[in-house]
Amino acid sequence: MPGGYVGSILAAGGVTLSLAFVSLLLAVLIGMAGAFAKLSSSRPLRMTATVYTSFIRGIPDLVMMLLVFYSVPALLNQWVQGMGWDMTIEFSPFGAGAATLALIFGAYMTETFRGALMNIPKGQLEAAQAYGLARPRIFWRILLPQMMRLALPGFTNNWLVMTKATALVSLLGVQDVMFRARGAAEATGKPFSFYILAGGFYLAITAVSLFVLSRVARRYEAGVKELAR
Amino acid sequence: MSWDVIADNLGFFAQGARLTLLLTVVSLVIAFFLSMALALGRNSHHPVLRNAIAAYTLVFRGTPLLVQLFLIYYGLAQFGLVRHSVLWPWLSSPLVCTLITFVLNTSAYTTEIFAGSLRHLPPGEIEAARAYGLSPFTRARKILLPAMLTRSLTLYGNETVMMLHATSLASTVTLLEVTGVARNITLNFYIMFEPYVTAAAIYLVMTFVLVMLFQFAQARWAGYLQARL
Repeated sequence: MPGGYVGSILAAGGVTLSLAFVSLLLAVLIGMAGAFAKLSSSRPLRMTATVYTSFIRGIPDLVMMLLVFYSVPALLNQWVQGMGWDMTIEFSPFGAGAATLALIFGAYMTETFRGALMNIPKGQLEAAQAYGLARPRIFWRILLPQMMRLALPGFTNNWLVMTKATALVSLLGVQDVMFRARGAAEATGKPFSFYILAGGFYLAITAVSLFVLSRVARRYEAGVKELAR
Repeated sequence: MSWDVIADNLGFFAQGARLTLLLTVVSLVIAFFLSMALALGRNSHHPVLRNAIAAYTLVFRGTPLLVQLFLIYYGLAQFGLVRHSVLWPWLSSPLVCTLITFVLNTSAYTTEIFAGSLRHLPPGEIEAARAYGLSPFTRARKILLPAMLTRSLTLYGNETVMMLHATSLASTVTLLEVTGVARNITLNFYIMFEPYVTAAAIYLVMTFVLVMLFQFAQARWAGYLQARL
């Protein structure tokens, strides 16, 4: 394997990782909003969140990405032309990729966070209210620390699936690990070696994530004894 | 809007839907039987067998499906040994390569699902089977596998939806399933909105049918596991 190509593929790891982190951040925000919407007492909010999660989970990631990158700008441009303005809207591949991943994994995070919120003992919330804590304080001090423990397994799973899903943005032209591996494979005629290298990169992310997140899980489980074992 | 293009190409979409279903069903059926055997091996006392299967599932669950697909479809051609073998006519076909990749990928996930519920079977059921003097084969066929399958139903249902959605990646290796058809129409007619929306709608319908089938199966075969009040 020529060293130059290996270097260029591994250097693109930064693109893959930054895409993953940006999408994760947005997905967590969407997931939080979605979880609270699903558990809210307002019917329209609950309905919106339910429609959102079931639509997103019914469409493949790749199709979703093509919809966001090609179809949404096409629709917007039709409107713009209808208005008689002289401009064309185009999304950057990175932005469209991050937005799609955030939209998809926001739906999965919604389910994860909703499950975690529902499993926090009701007495905790009632006690906090009885103490007269303000709502933001209840969230930061009572709900969030307990949610961390309950949501971590689902969160870990979503993160692992998402880092792998970032490989799809190479199809939009983002120069991530997969894109560079494909370029190297075509230039050198050694596709197997370079795709193995790309696979190894994702496997390494998986391994490191599992290690780090199991440490975090241990930290948040410190107060809970597992009696079942 | 140019929905008339979609109307003219409905037959094309129907062909695509047929290929999508074919890819999904063939991969799932082969993987189902493969995973039952692998799940038993994954929990076997034999350390080599157990660890070999664990390594296989780790690699296939830790790397993106896109990498696996390119590795098998483009990567194998790197080796003269493969190109000159009798298997080459099959291994150079995108359909065969896609099916091999999908089976290997979904088997890895399904094996872990099955192996997980196998580990959580009530020990009493296995002990009772042993006490009745059932042979290991009868024990697996009559007790372990049915109990494992009913307990896996929810997670396995999710995996089948994932598999259905994963078939959209077949479009990247020239196959004309639903996504490939949509892509083809966008390129031929220069419309970006309608084809992808149609593809998304087809996947949504397929997903809802699949989810309903699993809800029915859940009620039919796993009803006895549900907590009753």
